[in-house]
Amino acid sequence: MSLDPVPLLQQLMLVLAAAALFTSFVLLEQARLVSAIHAFAWQGVLVALVTLLVAISGGYTHLFFSATLTLCLKALLIPWMLHRLVRRLELDRHSEPLQRPALVTMAALALVLFSYWLVLPIVQQELMFTRNIVAVSLAIVLIGLLMMVARQQAVAQVLGFMSMENGLFLAAVSATGGMPLIVELGVAFDVLVAMVLFGVFFFQIRASIDTLDVDRMNRLTEQGDEP
Amino acid sequence: MNGTAWGLALLQALLYAALAPLLAGWVRKLKARLQNRRGAPLLQPYHNLYKLFSKEARMAHTASLLFRAAPYIVFVAVWLAASSIPLLTTGLPTAAIADVIVIAGLLALSRFFLALAAMDVGTAFGGMGASREMFVSALAEPAMLMAVFTLAMTAHSTNLASVVDYQLVTNQEVLRPSYLFALAGLVLVALAETGRIPVDNPSTHLELTMIHEAMILEYSGRHLALMEWSAQLKLMLYGTLLANVFFPWGIAQGTGLLALGQGLASVVVKLALLGAALAVCETVLAKMRLFRVPDFLNLALLLALLGLLSHVILEVGI
Repeated sequence: MSLDPVPLLQQLMLVLAAAALFTSFVLLEQARLVSAIHAFAWQGVLVALVTLLVAISGGYTHLFFSATLTLCLKALLIPWMLHRLVRRLELDRHSEPLQRPALVTMAALALVLFSYWLVLPIVQQELMFTRNIVAVSLAIVLIGLLMMVARQQAVAQVLGFMSMENGLFLAAVSATGGMPLIVELGVAFDVLVAMVLFGVFFFQIRASIDTLDVDRMNRLTEQGDEP
Repeated sequence: MNGTAWGLALLQALLYAALAPLLAGWVRKLKARLQNRRGAPLLQPYHNLYKLFSKEARMAHTASLLFRAAPYIVFVAVWLAASSIPLLTTGLPTAAIADVIVIAGLLALSRFFLALAAMDVGTAFGGMGASREMFVSALAEPAMLMAVFTLAMTAHSTNLASVVDYQLVTNQEVLRPSYLFALAGLVLVALAETGRIPVDNPSTHLELTMIHEAMILEYSGRHLALMEWSAQLKLMLYGTLLANVFFPWGIAQGTGLLALGQGLASVVVKLALLGAALAVCETVLAKMRLFRVPDFLNLALLLALLGLLSHVILEVGI
């Protein structure tokens, strides 16, 4: 019923997972792109720390490797690349608040409740305590999805996509003690390649419609199609 | 036993009233030192109160009975709310009478009369201050209740004394995500409710930005003294709430003399540390625009809600 029998290491894990969920909310609400990138980097750090703690408490040696990989990739390399992109696109002073912040926050909270409800049967069946984190990681995935829906800015949408990947990774680590190393490496490089491709796309989008506001794409029409 | 317990409760209430100006003076002194000023002496708030009490109370011609009665109602309501929060010991009858909801209600009562009195004279500043105060508190109150309910869910009681007891008895070193979120939310609420810097500036009479100062602009003499004293009490109330509920180490659980002394020493140290943190915070941060305050308080509400959710998701299902 309470936390009493849980060792300190695992309590720390729960705290870190909860903090990762909070960074998801920060990411969702943040108007300035640079601050959002920082929030994303912090989420990467937290996910890497949770992985490290799972590795220590469960004795999974290969998780040490994936914790290091996550830290390098999600907390350092990708934020750095995004940072550079934003500076080259001259968006670092750009701020774009959410359209309906209260509504989006409520939706995000509803998603947290939904993912809890979804995970409830799993948690009741299993005794491994990290399963509680599955609900949190599912919520991070869904909030990333919500961010891709609610944001108009292409860079912010990419951040939502990346945080979804963070949530999936957290789910894999907490539910089954991590994926096989080869899968993890594959996913990591996929994300990296995706990041490079996104960078190319940003320049393409901006070259063709002169902005990164994706909503503008709805207004594009073929030259000869106008009635 | 019963008699001594009530006597101790009375003593605790008097201690609240006596220590509140000291806390305000401490924060002011530290803030002055941080800004490279020498600052007023630590006991200056007492001198101010004494001066104001001995002065004549002037009133506007348009002031009604309400204006005259409001300072007493505000002071008594805040004092009652404060004295039902455990300061030295949890084993007091006042703690058994009043739980968190009563405390929130008493604070709301004081705020209601403060706003009414501000509008009573009919000056522009009074009305403006009252409307701003209501604007801020309408957003702060749900966040505060949510944050405290997070604690109440863990301890299975809305009574603050039992919450503190529960924490002391079960496990002190436990790390709970819900407590961290509730603490962060409650800190933001406390900053807004006591009118400290990101929301309101307590040390100026700058017409366009003031909230609390605008409401008590028409008061003088003993009425002003009571209003200022109740603001200091409110600061102490939130300080004790944060210090004793989230960091309950050292608080006495019985009524033994040694335990009480230890409780007093620990609460003084905790409040001094909190006051220092507040002074640093006020020096580092700038006051925000009034229309940014909803964002600030929405963050507090979000933190409190996340506290509740993480209690349900991460802590219960184990």
